Amino acid sequence: MAAKMKVIEGSMAVAEAVKACRPAVVSAYPITPQTHIVEDISQMIADGEMQNCEYVRTESEFGAASMIQGAEAAGARSFSATSSQGAVLMYEVLFSIAGMRLPCVIAMANRSVSSPLSIWNDHQDAISARDNGWIQLWAEDSQEAADMIIQAYRIGEDHRVLLPVMVNLDGFIITHTYEPVELYDQKMVDEFLPPYSPVYALDPKNPVTMGSLAQPEVYTEARYMIHQAQLKAKEVIEEVALEFKKKFGRYGGGLIDAYRMEDAEVALIAMGSIIGTMKDAVDEMRAEGMPVGVVKVRSYRPFPAEALRAALKDVKCACVIDRDISMGMEGALFTDLKAALYGKSKADILGFIAGMGGRDITIDDFKGMARKGFARIRGEKVTDMEWCKLDTDILPEGS
Amino acid sequence: MAAKEKLTIGLVAKPGGTLGYKTGGWRTFRAVIDHEKCIGCKRCADSCPDGAPYECAHDGKKKKFCVDYDYCKGCGICAFECPVDAIEMMKEEK
Ligand code: SF4
Ligand code: SF4
Repeated sequence: MAAKMKVIEGSMAVAEAVKACRPAVVSAYPITPQTHIVEDISQMIADGEMQNCEYVRTESEFGAASMIQGAEAAGARSFSATSSQGAVLMYEVLFSIAGMRLPCVIAMANRSVSSPLSIWNDHQDAISARDNGWIQLWAEDSQEAADMIIQAYRIGEDHRVLLPVMVNLDGFIITHTYEPVELYDQKMVDEFLPPYSPVYALDPKNPVTMGSLAQPEVYTEARYMIHQAQLKAKEVIEEVALEFKKKFGRYGGGLIDAYRMEDAEVALIAMGSIIGTMKDAVDEMRAEGMPVGVVKVRSYRPFPAEALRAALKDVKCACVIDRDISMGMEGALFTDLKAALYGKSKADILGFIAGMGGRDITIDDFKGMARKGFARIRGEKVTDMEWCKLDTDILPEGS
Repeated sequence: MAAKEKLTIGLVAKPGGTLGYKTGGWRTFRAVIDHEKCIGCKRCADSCPDGAPYECAHDGKKKKFCVDYDYCKGCGICAFECPVDAIEMMKEEK
């Protein structure tokens, strides 16, 4: 049976993908703009569409993360979803899940972090969780977010990896938008994603200790092993994306994806839903004869340093757009890209902070950034890092 | 030299491994239970973060509690919790 195309909300697309992955435990705590995902799943369970799945309503995000940690420790495939403050409340457990090498999957409906309070979209929540050992994948649209959920289990549960995976989708822009999405044929997903087979699991008949104290003699080695698993995940992410393409006919990229990068002198580089707008901006500029392309970072952790070096090898100026800021430094992707290219590329790199707290970034904004890239190539004075559309009129004196 | 034990993924270990960590050496004060006062309620054992208090034979008639000094790190929680003030925190003489 061919899979059917349906116009549904992004959250529902993710819920459909989760259902197809047959998790044994889903934990839920509501937070905007994630709530629809777990609401949709709870409806599916109530309707009897998800057999053998325990739906646990928890008292907080800390509880929601702890619940899937326990479930995975017992060898059960699990899922949860969160956003913003909720993700921040999960941080302690997120570290612990990765350290215990439990391949949980979480959908992160990306949102700004308080204060000031904002329910709108940017990438600060996930970016601030980048060092906890979780694999971070970033989706461009509903279809990719849903497909990524299925790929996430394959990647995380791979015995070469055994790490949790966070699937990032932009809050509201993806979670609340209705788009045509191709849904899943259960049999095909079952063929693609076999049941989870843990290396270790809690079992009263064969007790083990998990997550216990590590003395200085072994802690470094344990952290090294997590890092190696992240590096190993680079090849697994590519493999799984290609295998997914073979099975389902869709491919959103491996570690990265490139759009109109042939002969590009300027590249726009970002993550998430803005990639679509960037492609439109590039199409318009290409029509005007400007050699510009888009590089989409699909895996932020592990960081695709080699893939980016290859994609940018002939580029003269790379413009990195961050919807986040490492306060006192700069955008996180900007910093990482510079580190990856240091001493290995002649490309100039410009950073742009844009789209914070739900501020729109338009085609014209991206064209403006690309033009700055061309200006830089011509040797004109262009600042290294810019806050896009910063309204200096409303800043108090002295700021 | 014996071959070093290999680490497992996620440092999964045999159960009961923490028994090997004798935390008693951290102690400045030791919890000492007065068996004349102790009513055997077990609250000290339930509240101790290290599970150090245990039921002891005493005189064989009444239930009383003692402290395992391999693990008592001297936090004083049991002394605070004891309903009959049977536990005194005594300075360790080293
Ligand atoms: S002092 Fe602390 S560690 Fe020692 S027995 Fe009492 S509660 Fe336990
Ligand atoms: S809490 Fe006090 S009375 Fe109760 S068992 Fe312990 S020492 Fe005895």
